[in-house]
Amino acid sequence: MERPALDRISVSIRSGMITGLVGPDGAGKTTLIRLMAGLLLPTKGQISILGLNTEKDAERLHEITGYMPQKFGLYEDLTVLENLDLYADLHDLSEEEKTVEFERMLKFTTLKPFIHRLAGNLSGGMKQKLGLACSLLGHPKVLLLDEPSVGVDPLSRRELWKMVQELADQGITIVWSTSYLDEADKCHDVLLLNEGALLFHGSPKELSKRVEGRVFQLEVPLEKRRMLLKDVLNHPETTDAIIQGNRIHLVSTSSFSVDLKGFQWTSIPPRFEDAFVDILGGSPKGESVLAKHISQKTSEGQHPIQAEHLTKRFGNFIAARNISFSIGRGEVFGLLGPNGAGKSTIFKMLCGLLQPTEGKALVSGFDLKTASSEARSRIGYMAQKFSLYGALSVQENLNFFSGIYGLQGTFRQRKMDHMITIFDLSPYLESNADLLPLGYKQRLALACAVMHEPDVLFLDEPTSGVDPITRREFWNHINEMAEKGVTIMVTTHFMEEAEYCDRIALIYQGINIAAGTPDHLIESVKTKDLPYPTLEDAFITLIEEINGQEKEKGRA
Amino acid sequence: MKSSFSFRRFWAYFKKEEKQILRDPSTFLIAFILPLLMIFIYGYGVSLDADKIPLGLLLEDTSPTARSLENAFLGTPYFNVTTSTHRSSIEDELTAGRLRGIVTIPLNFSQNFLRNVKTPLQVLLDGSEPNTARFVLNYAQGVVSNWNAQQKIEGKSFFTSPIRAEPRTWFNEELKSRDVLLPGSIAIIMTLIGTLLTALVVAREWERGTMEVMMSTPIQIREMLFAKLIPYFFLGLGSMTLCVSLSILLFNVPFRGSYLVLLLATSIFLLASLGLGLFISSTTRNQFVASQISIMTGFLPAFMLSGFIFEIPSMPQSIQALTYLFPARYFVTILQTSFLSGTIWELVLPSMAFMLIIAFFFLSLTALKMVKRLD
Repeated sequence: MERPALDRISVSIRSGMITGLVGPDGAGKTTLIRLMAGLLLPTKGQISILGLNTEKDAERLHEITGYMPQKFGLYEDLTVLENLDLYADLHDLSEEEKTVEFERMLKFTTLKPFIHRLAGNLSGGMKQKLGLACSLLGHPKVLLLDEPSVGVDPLSRRELWKMVQELADQGITIVWSTSYLDEADKCHDVLLLNEGALLFHGSPKELSKRVEGRVFQLEVPLEKRRMLLKDVLNHPETTDAIIQGNRIHLVSTSSFSVDLKGFQWTSIPPRFEDAFVDILGGSPKGESVLAKHISQKTSEGQHPIQAEHLTKRFGNFIAARNISFSIGRGEVFGLLGPNGAGKSTIFKMLCGLLQPTEGKALVSGFDLKTASSEARSRIGYMAQKFSLYGALSVQENLNFFSGIYGLQGTFRQRKMDHMITIFDLSPYLESNADLLPLGYKQRLALACAVMHEPDVLFLDEPTSGVDPITRREFWNHINEMAEKGVTIMVTTHFMEEAEYCDRIALIYQGINIAAGTPDHLIESVKTKDLPYPTLEDAFITLIEEINGQEKEKGRA
Repeated sequence: MKSSFSFRRFWAYFKKEEKQILRDPSTFLIAFILPLLMIFIYGYGVSLDADKIPLGLLLEDTSPTARSLENAFLGTPYFNVTTSTHRSSIEDELTAGRLRGIVTIPLNFSQNFLRNVKTPLQVLLDGSEPNTARFVLNYAQGVVSNWNAQQKIEGKSFFTSPIRAEPRTWFNEELKSRDVLLPGSIAIIMTLIGTLLTALVVAREWERGTMEVMMSTPIQIREMLFAKLIPYFFLGLGSMTLCVSLSILLFNVPFRGSYLVLLLATSIFLLASLGLGLFISSTTRNQFVASQISIMTGFLPAFMLSGFIFEIPSMPQSIQALTYLFPARYFVTILQTSFLSGTIWELVLPSMAFMLIIAFFFLSLTALKMVKRLD
C-alpha cells in the first residue's frame, strides 16, 4: 500500500495565533489544510474547529472559516469590486456591512485605485491581497492560507505578512502553510511535517534551540567560496552549509571541530532554516558527480554572455530599457526583481527566445540574431516548472533532448548513460516524467539541459517552490559546473538563491537599478537604522527608493 | 442538517455567471456563431437530392430518332449531359470520375425502333457512389419511358405502358431533402451547443481553482447548479431562435406546427442537454476532456442514432433500443413533425415525457455527484 498523505496527526492549534505549516514538498501540507477547510474528509480520525466537526457541521464550518488556496481562487474575468461583491453576497453581508467592510478591505489591501480593474490584470502580489480580502469577508474566526506567498516577490510578501499579523492581533486564528522558512520563523507556532508525519509542533524558537551553538559563519575569499563550500559539506561533522555572499553559513553536528584552514569564523544565533534542515537529516553532501563528467571549459573569449544596450518594446510598453552587462566565464550571474519587472524579458532575449527591439545579445561571441543556431547550440536552458514532457518516460525525455541538441551515435548513448548514473535515474527510467517526485523532476530537467555540455546555462526560477533540501542539492550541481567554467545565468526572486550568485543585477520597471556582488548591494543600503541588512532588505530598500523618487517626481 | 435555499447566494452566483458569459467571447462563439455555421452547412452544403449529375451519352446511332432521345436527356434538369460518338473517350471520363454514368444508344437503335423491336440501352454506372448511381439509373429510366410515351402519343411507337403510376407524396410534397434535413439538423446543433455550453463551465472553475474556494464558502450545490443552469438555458433558447428563424426565413422551410409547443419541447430538451453537460463537467474537472466527451456522448449519438439521417426502423434491433436513451431522437421527431406536418400530439407528448425523464436523470445525478468536497 502507498504511504498515507498524512499519518496519525494529533495536534491542537492555539486560537488567535499564527501557526505556520512547514515541511518539504509532498509532506502533506496542502492535504492538512484542505482537511481543515472541510474539503477533504479524513480516512480515519477527526478534526474539529471551534467545536465544529469538519464532516458533520460542514455548513456552519464554512461560515466561520476563510480559505485561500494556492491559486487564490479569484474570478479573473470579474473586476476587483465584483469579486468582493460576490464573496460578500455568498457570506450574506448586509448592505451596510458591505459598505463598511469594502472600505476597510480596500484600505487594508491598498487596492482602492484598482477596484474596476479585472482581477486577471492584477500583479501577483495584488491578486494575493485580493484573494485574502475575499476570504476575510465573512468575518472568519479561522483563516486557512495555503502557500499564499509562493511565486510572489519579497516586497509583496512582506506586505502580506503585515496584513496577516494585524488579523492575528484582532484575534483571528491563522494557519499559514509556507515553503519560505523565514516566514515560518515569524509565526507563533509551527507544525513541521515530513512525509505525512508530524516531526515538530511548537514555537520556531524552540525548534531553533536544537541547533544552538552549532551555527557558524565563515569569512571566505569570494573566488574560493565554492571550492570551500564543497570541502565543508564533505566534512563528516557538517550538517548543512550554504553560501551567503562572501561567507559560508554552516551547521555542524556537534560543537564545532572542523578544521577551518585558518579562516575566520564566528558563532552566530541559529535561524529556523538551520533547525529545519537539521531535523530533516541535513544537507546533501557537496560532491556533484555531474561536474566530473563535464570537461573543463577553456578560454573561448572571456565573456560568454554579453548584453549590449538591450531594449524590448511591446507596443507602447517598454519591458526592458537599455540593459548592458557582460558575464565572465564560470560566473554565476543573477537577474533579480519583483514580478513583472522585466527580468524574464531580458532573460529571454539573452537565450534567443525573444528578439530585442534594439541592442544586441551575444552568446560565446555569436550574435543571437545573425548566428542564432551557432549561439543556441552553446546554450543549455532550464525553464521554470521544468519543461519536461510529462507523458514521456525519463528515458524518452533523455532521448528527445539529446536528439534536439544534435548528439549522435555512441557519444549520445554515453552521455545519456552518464546522466542516468549521475542523477541516479535508473529506478525511474520507465516512469513518466509527470509522476516523478519533484526532486527527480528537477534532476531530469537539469540533465536534459546539460547533456550537450553547453558553455552557458540559463536557469529560469530554478528552485521556486522547491524545499530547502532539494534546493541545496541543485545548487551543489550548479556550483561545480561554474567551477568547471560553465557560465550560469539565473533569474530569481528568491533571496537565498541570489546569495549563490557572484554578481546580481536588480531589475525594476525594465531598468537595471543596481548591480554588483550580493555584498556590494547589502553594503549600499547599510544605515544607522539598519546596521546589518540582509539581501532581502537591500532588495526592498533599493526598490522603495525608486518608488519614492517617482512619487517625488509626481509631486513636482 | 440542511439549511434552506438562499436566494441571495443564488443571485450572487447567477450575476457572476452572467458577467462571465458577457465577457467571454467563447460562449458567444458556441451559442451563436457555431449554430450559424452549422445551419449554413446543412442548408447549403448537405443535400440528398441529385441535381445536374454529369452524364455521358454515347451515340453509336446518330439518326433523327436517336437525336430525339438525346434531346430528351438534354432537357431534364437532373442531368448535365455530355454527348460523344466515341466510346473510348467517354469511358475515360467515367473512369476519371468526371461522369457519373454513361447511357449508350446502340447502332441498331433506330432500325429496331422503326421495326418495332425492343432495343436494350446500356447504362454504365459509377458504383463507387452507390446512392448517386441509383439516382442515375432511375432518372435515366424515367427519361427513356417519358420519351417512349411521347413517341406513342405522336403515333410513332407501338409500345404501350398499361399502367401509369402517379406518385403523390405526403408531408414533403416537393420531396426536398433540405426541408427534412434542416429541422433534424437543428436537433443535432442544439445537442452540441447545449452540452458544450455547460460542459466547459464547471470544469473551467476546477481548472482555475475557483471551485475550490467556492466549496469552502457557505454556498450550496443546489444554488450553484441553478445559477449555472439558468443563464445557459436562456442562451440555448437564443441559439434555438436563431436556428429556427434562419431555417424558415432564409431556407424557406415550411413551419406547420405551433411555436408554443416547440418552445416547450426545446426547454425540456435543453434541460436534458445542459444537464448532460453539467454532469460531464463536474465529473471530468478538465475542459479539454469535457469537450471531447461532450462531442462523443452528445453530438455523435445525436448524429447517428436520432433518425436524422439514418432511419431508425432500418437499424438492427439492439441499436434501435439504444436510440431511446438519447434526447436528440425525441427532439428530431418533434422538430420534423412541427416543421412538416403540424403538431401531432401522439408523437409530441411521449417524446416530451421521455426527454423530461432524461433531463431529470442527469440533473439529479449531477446534484448527487457534486458534493462540497474535493475527493
